[in-house]
Amino acid sequence: MLDKTGIAKRIAKEVKDGYYVNLGIGIPTLVANYVRDDIEVEFQSENGVLGMGPFPFEGEEDADLINAGKQTITTLPGASFFDSSMSFAMIRGKHVDLTILGAMEVSEEGDIANWKIPGKMVKGMGGAMDLVASAENIIVAMMHTNKAGESKLLKKCSLPLTGVGCVKKIVTNLAVLEITKDGFKLLERAPGISVEEIIKATEGKLIVEGDIPEMTL
Amino acid sequence: MINKKVANVTEAMQGVKDDMTLMLGGFGLCGIPENAINNLVQMNVKGLTCISNNAGVDDFGLGLLLHKRQIKKMISSYVGENDEFERQMLSGELDVELVPQGTLVERCRAAQSGFPAFFTPAGYGTEVAEGKEVREFNGKMYVLEKAFEADFAFVKAWKGDAAGNLIFKGTARNFNPAMCGAAKITVAEVEELVPVGSLDPNQIHIPGIFIQRIFQGKDYEKRIEQLTVRKKL
Repeated sequence: MLDKTGIAKRIAKEVKDGYYVNLGIGIPTLVANYVRDDIEVEFQSENGVLGMGPFPFEGEEDADLINAGKQTITTLPGASFFDSSMSFAMIRGKHVDLTILGAMEVSEEGDIANWKIPGKMVKGMGGAMDLVASAENIIVAMMHTNKAGESKLLKKCSLPLTGVGCVKKIVTNLAVLEITKDGFKLLERAPGISVEEIIKATEGKLIVEGDIPEMTL
Repeated sequence: MINKKVANVTEAMQGVKDDMTLMLGGFGLCGIPENAINNLVQMNVKGLTCISNNAGVDDFGLGLLLHKRQIKKMISSYVGENDEFERQMLSGELDVELVPQGTLVERCRAAQSGFPAFFTPAGYGTEVAEGKEVREFNGKMYVLEKAFEADFAFVKAWKGDAAGNLIFKGTARNFNPAMCGAAKITVAEVEELVPVGSLDPNQIHIPGIFIQRIFQGKDYEKRIEQLTVRKKL
C-alpha cells in the first residue's frame, strides 16, 4: 500500500518533458518533489505564478510570494507573475497540459466531488471547478477509501459535484486506474496489494483484464 | 495629470455606507487592502456584501469584519481557513455565495470591461449552474455568468503614483487588477506612493483611469498564512 508520498511519486511519472502543470492542494503539491530532474516542467499556481520553485530557505520567505495553498514559495529562472484573470485564461484556454488534484469521490463516469459536504464542511471549490471543466488531462490523487473504510470510487458521486465526466486517471494508495466509457479500468496495483483487495475497495464498476502489474515508483 | 491622491485612508473611505457591496482584492492574506479593511472595522459599517476570493483568517483580514458581524453576505471561491466564517455560514447567520475562482475573477473583469455576462464551462452540471442559462458551443456545455455590480472596490498595490497608476508585486497581484474599475469607485492603497513621472509607463500594470482614489498605506503587517521553508544544507 502506498502512503501519500508514494502516491505523489507514482503521479510524478505521468509528468512529461515540456509540460505546464497545475498542482492542487494536498498530495498533488508533493508531486513537484519527485519529478525527474532531466526533464523541463513548469508548475503553474492559479493565484498567479508560472515557474514555481521549492520552498524558500528559512528567513528568505516573502509574504508577497505564495502558492494556491497559501504556502511561501520561490520562483525559478524563467518564472512569471500574472493576475487571476490571466491565470484562468491559461487554465480555461487549455494552455495547461496536466492538472493534478485531490478528490472526496470519483464516479465510474469520471465525475468528481471535492468541495462540499452538505451541512458539515464547506470550504469552497477554489479553482477546482474551472480546472476540471477545461483541463483535458486530469489526474486525481486520493485514498481509495475514506476514514470509515468506504470506497471513494463510486457508481455515482453522493456529494455535490465539482465537475462531470472530466477525470481521466486516478492514483490511489491501492491502484492506478483509468476512467473508460465502461467504468474504472485497473492498470496497476500498489506494491503488496492484490487485485481482490482493489475489487473489494471499489464500489463502482471495475474492469480487470489479464495480469495487472505491480506499479514501480 | 489628473490627481487621484487623497490624504489618508479616512478620506479614501468617504461614502462607504451600510448595506453596500464591496470588492476586496487579495488571495488568502496576500495582497489584501489591509488599511481599508482596518478602517471598515473602525467605521463599523454593517450589512456589507463582500466580494473577495477568501474571507481572511479568524483574527486578520476580512475575518475582522466577520467577527464584528459587519458582513451580511460573502461572495468567495474558498473559505477554508476561517472557523468563525464556517460557523456563521453553517448556522445561517451569514449568506454565502461560492463561485468558482476563474468565474469570480471574470465577473469582476466583466464589470471592469463593460460585459454584462459571459459563458464559462466552469460549474456546468453542478449546483453552481442551477437556475442559470446553459448553452452548447462546439459540442461543449457552458454556463452564463453575470458581471458583478459593486459600490466600492478596494485594491492594494506595491507602487503607485498620484495619477492612479499601479504596479503589483509577486503573487500579491492576484484579484487586484480585475477589481480596478469594476465598482463605482475604486480605492487603491499602495506600499509606496512615488512621484508622478518616476514609474516607467512600460511597466504599469493598471493605468490610473481605473482608479478614483489612491493613498499611501501604513503599517502593513503582510501576515503569512502558511510559512513553509527548507533548511540550508
